[in-house]
Amino acid sequence: MKYFSLIWAGLWRKRTRTVFTMLSIIVAFLLFGLLQGFNQGFNTLVSNQDVDRLYISAKSNMTDGLPIAHLNRIRSVPGVRAVSHWTYFGGFYQNAKDPLPAFATDAEQLFAVYKEMKIKPEYVQAMQKTRNGVLISESIAKARKWKVGDRIPVGTSIWTKKDGGSTWDFDIVGTFDASAYGAGFPGFYLNYSYFDEASAFGHGVIHYYLASIEDPHQATQISKQIDALFENSGSETLTQTESALAQMQLKQLGDINFIANAIVGAVMFTLLFLTANTMMQSVRERTSELAVLKTLGFSDGKVLGLVLSEALLLCSFAAVVGLAVSTTVFASPPMKALFGNFPMPNVVLAMGAGMALLLSLVSGLPPAWRARQLNIVDALAGR
Amino acid sequence: MKLFRQMFAVTAMNLRSLPQRAATSLVIVIGIAGVVAVMTSVLAMSTGMVKTMNSTGRDDRVIVMRNGSTAENSSAISRDSLRLVMDAPGVKRDAEGKPILSAEGLRLMTLYKKADDTQVNVILRGAGPQLLKLRPEIRITAGRMFNPAVTEIIVGKSAAAQYKGLQLGDKVATRRTTWTVVGTFETGGDSHESELLTDADTLMSAEQRGNYQSILVMLESPQAFQRFKDAVTSNPALAMDVARERDYFQEASKGISKVISFLAYVVGGIMAVGAVFGALNTMYSAVSERLREIATLRALGFGATAMVVSVLIEALLLAGIGGVIGALLAWLFFNGHTVSTGGQGMGQLVFDLSVSPQLMVFGIVWAAVIGLIGGLFPAIRAARLPVATALRAI
Repeated sequence: MKYFSLIWAGLWRKRTRTVFTMLSIIVAFLLFGLLQGFNQGFNTLVSNQDVDRLYISAKSNMTDGLPIAHLNRIRSVPGVRAVSHWTYFGGFYQNAKDPLPAFATDAEQLFAVYKEMKIKPEYVQAMQKTRNGVLISESIAKARKWKVGDRIPVGTSIWTKKDGGSTWDFDIVGTFDASAYGAGFPGFYLNYSYFDEASAFGHGVIHYYLASIEDPHQATQISKQIDALFENSGSETLTQTESALAQMQLKQLGDINFIANAIVGAVMFTLLFLTANTMMQSVRERTSELAVLKTLGFSDGKVLGLVLSEALLLCSFAAVVGLAVSTTVFASPPMKALFGNFPMPNVVLAMGAGMALLLSLVSGLPPAWRARQLNIVDALAGR
Repeated sequence: MKLFRQMFAVTAMNLRSLPQRAATSLVIVIGIAGVVAVMTSVLAMSTGMVKTMNSTGRDDRVIVMRNGSTAENSSAISRDSLRLVMDAPGVKRDAEGKPILSAEGLRLMTLYKKADDTQVNVILRGAGPQLLKLRPEIRITAGRMFNPAVTEIIVGKSAAAQYKGLQLGDKVATRRTTWTVVGTFETGGDSHESELLTDADTLMSAEQRGNYQSILVMLESPQAFQRFKDAVTSNPALAMDVARERDYFQEASKGISKVISFLAYVVGGIMAVGAVFGALNTMYSAVSERLREIATLRALGFGATAMVVSVLIEALLLAGIGGVIGALLAWLFFNGHTVSTGGQGMGQLVFDLSVSPQLMVFGIVWAAVIGLIGGLFPAIRAARLPVATALRAI
């Protein structure tokens, strides 16, 4: 610590250069924080999801659907706590280009399966009493400025009604808070019983059964048990935990991991050159000053330490700023809407710290070594 | 004229001394190469996707779907409606007077990627008997065409390459049926090469379905579009919408390609800011290394403009080299690289990344802009240098 002011002075010897180098490193760590934050964020989002929830869909393909008759058989599997279901309705509001993520469900059971959702009990009761009622998420209510009591006409290109119409009128009977789950949770639910009764075809079709189980450790075993129930029947099932399903869907989009790592790799490689060059220049310019230090009795090791500390100070300061900015971005409202309540993963901060250390060592060591090897007489003579 | 001579002389002198500043100059080159490589590679994804989608479809073919459908699999069309569409004006007819159209049924099949075993949704398309007249671009590359009424399928080139279990003779199961792969087809690089194809009525009876998803119609000419569209949309018995096939597929790729481009511009933009700082650094130090030289030239009567131009040209040259290297790297590693993605409501789409010449030029222009900004301030500094102080400085 006693040498701090010396290191500090060395660092700021050429102000513009240090500032620009620092800004580049800050930008690089900002990008690192954002990309890895997203990447890790998706991963945590996926692995955080409950393993005590099982999603059961048709084995041949989700879109094939399962008969509603499976419901009671799944419910009777030991260890299953509650079962609800989703049927994809997929309507739109006024314009086909304005889709609504609508699902038909058994609302009371749905909120028994998704314990973390917050909904007032009277809303659930109202839903059970109102045939054409819908429950919507608070974020949808806010975005579309809908409130309880509104009647919403929802168009559909699939589910014609028995009377031939393709517009369904729904009454909003309640809202729920899905922020504990993040953006992935559909936010528009209609009564399955009403849907099944009023639609012209596709009766008794369920796209996903959602089962919550009492003991997460039994997830694999119960999944197998459920699939075995319907083996060799006309509609075989595929039971997955929520996190396995989410991982699979994420993978269908593409290899996000690879893209994020490749970009960060390119950025860090570029940065290495930049920082190494700055340090090298700075040492070259200070040859005689370093020689003076040595003359004053600084050992070779100490001079090496001084230069290395300068690099370390530069990189770590910039890294802290860059990561702090990206953390702020993650805490901003739009990000919260996307991921739910989820802070910058600590893993990313730790990775960033490691990266800064590595960067300063690799870029600082060659010039530091050069400083260590300086011969006082030659250096002072400017040779 | 004198100005140009000066500029030329100073710039030439400057560039000749460039090798002495190689290490510092490399920072600009490498920094900008990184930005351009990342940006063009990511943009190549959306370019490749758009290219695949844009090559899908012909001007004289239209796709008829249920009102309000944005994708084929969210559409349902009854057999009665099909009959009405058949009689609409503008539909091309073959020698026997039969309309050239195909009522198509779609189902998604769960398949697995060869590369990493990822579960994907692949479209199995059931097409009508006029298939080959309607889609003359279909070419069987191996095996043979499927026969109707038996559960046979042919497999698109990209699908066969990407997914497991689609070789000739392989059997693929859907819920009620086992299909035999009897052929592989190509359609000139469009999105249908990611699909499997069979006979519509076979598919619908095997899967016990009552509705078609879409009708692909060949028109007498591209100009017949409006006539046909008006007839279909104004018929109260038909709640149908008509779109040119080309427009439909372009629309379908818009969402994802927008997201990818957004990512490219955000990441590329942030990286570019970093690279600008790097370039500023390099050019400032280049100017300060040439301090005495610049001051001497000024003292000899060279103008400030010549100094500015010489610094800017150096920056642009280095940035240009960086840009070219970056674009070439992207092209070398990613051009033609096959990837696949699944959109909402769509089946998995297989496409090749495309580092097109336009994209490479765009990357180099981007590099030049970074170089220009990075060179401008140091150039101004060089021009403003008080001659006397600078001569004394060293």
